[in-house]
Amino acid sequence: MIDLVDVSKSYSKGQPAIDHMDLHVEKGEFVFVVGNSGSGKSTLIKLLLKELDPTSGTITVNGQQLNKLRRRKVAKYRRGVGVVFQDFRLLKDRNVYENVAFAQRVIERPTRIIRKRVPEVLTLVGLAEKYKSKPDQLSGGEQQRVALARALVNRPSILLADEPTGNLDPKNSFEIMKLLEEINERGTTVLVVTHNREIVNAFRKRVITMKKGVIVSDEQEGEYRNAN
Amino acid sequence: MRISTIAYIFKQGFKNIWRNLRFSLASISTMAACIFLFGLFLALVMNFNYIVHSAEEGIAVLVYFDEGITQDKIDEIGREIDARPEVADMEYISADEAWEDYSKIYLGEDNDELAEGFMQDNPLANSSRYDVYLEDVEGQEDLVSFIEGLDGVRRVEQSEAAADVLSTFNKLIGYVSIAIVLILLAVAFFLIRNTITMGISVRQEEIGIMKLIGATDFFVRSPFVIEGILLGAIGAAIPIGILYFLYNRIIVYVIERFENLGSFLQFLPVSTVFQYLLPVGLGLGIGIGLIGSIFSVRKHLRV
Repeated sequence: MIDLVDVSKSYSKGQPAIDHMDLHVEKGEFVFVVGNSGSGKSTLIKLLLKELDPTSGTITVNGQQLNKLRRRKVAKYRRGVGVVFQDFRLLKDRNVYENVAFAQRVIERPTRIIRKRVPEVLTLVGLAEKYKSKPDQLSGGEQQRVALARALVNRPSILLADEPTGNLDPKNSFEIMKLLEEINERGTTVLVVTHNREIVNAFRKRVITMKKGVIVSDEQEGEYRNAN
Repeated sequence: MRISTIAYIFKQGFKNIWRNLRFSLASISTMAACIFLFGLFLALVMNFNYIVHSAEEGIAVLVYFDEGITQDKIDEIGREIDARPEVADMEYISADEAWEDYSKIYLGEDNDELAEGFMQDNPLANSSRYDVYLEDVEGQEDLVSFIEGLDGVRRVEQSEAAADVLSTFNKLIGYVSIAIVLILLAVAFFLIRNTITMGISVRQEEIGIMKLIGATDFFVRSPFVIEGILLGAIGAAIPIGILYFLYNRIIVYVIERFENLGSFLQFLPVSTVFQYLLPVGLGLGIGIGLIGSIFSVRKHLRV
């Protein structure tokens, strides 16, 4: 599903953000990627979204080699990869329904499908009743649920979450992680970048620890380890 | 592409204007100010050209013939002159008509008797002539040298000074108008691009989100392009409308104010000016809106 072979990414002079990294994630896996600031976690997400290109090495996702992907094919590739961010990145001038429907509009789904699919996914994240609310009328946890609904509405095979609980209190963090687990159980491959020790330790999933662009440990049912 | 997608793109284009009302108003005002100045200037230039052209039409080259020339020869000279491209119109004035005009002007209506005294012996017997009117005063010199070379032509009279002044004036208006129009267009383009860029930087995050969830460049760009076109069209329509209502009032004012120049000042009707101003003004507004929005979005699409 996700394959990185000898991938490096350097921004300019100095230490590379990702340094000769090899990583393999199976279809349907749930993976935590942990590490301190500057360990290369976010760069990894950007490489998987093809926001950035690696300096060397090959990245293959869903059978597509990202290095060889043409610019005009990038949009289509991203439709198969859902993504949520720490800062939610919702459109503030649109309500919950419009924010989720937006993802379907972007891939040119017909209106009748959108009307059916959006309420379904809002029900899944527990926000069906707040479909008319604007993002600033929602709590942080609720906003992240909207972002999750938007990421899921196109039924991606992979979900990338970049610090999804970074702006949330423990209760909301836990609920969002439960949702991600549920989504994973339905067959979506989930990769969560986080430095939330409690969450990682509570869920007992595969944990990849990064330090200075290198994987220092990779454990099934692992725990949060300090990379020092 | 699906009809629902096209409808969505248009709807978003309209909504964008409303969502960013302050920016939209700034763009429309900028465009309106530029197109207003452009329209005002275009109307001014068109009328100047019209006035100059009317004055040119009044300038004639007078062609006199050798004594004792036959009417056939005069006709032949007439055909040769008429075939020249510089000639707009020509008129044959016989010796009798020339005398009649002269006596009217110089002896007056009340001196018929005095004039009749000359009737049997026309003092202007050898003054039959062609009055040749030109398409363009610039061609006068060439035409005169051609006519002077014709057999049977005694003398050619021309008004060099008037032709020179008009010709210089015409050229000056041409250069000045091109320069001012270019400056106005450049100013309009940069102002519109600037305002659209400002609006887009506000929505940079939105563009980034669209790109990350798999929107094509076309899908991201289209609502902004529709918005640019609409802003351009509205920004052009307002000043064109204002100019339409102002035009006749200004002309009436100028004619009343400069009554003594009445015969010289001839203005184009509003319909003639708007035959050019309407399509050019709207085209400019829409074109600048379109190009401005494409340029502004382009650099934000690389996500």
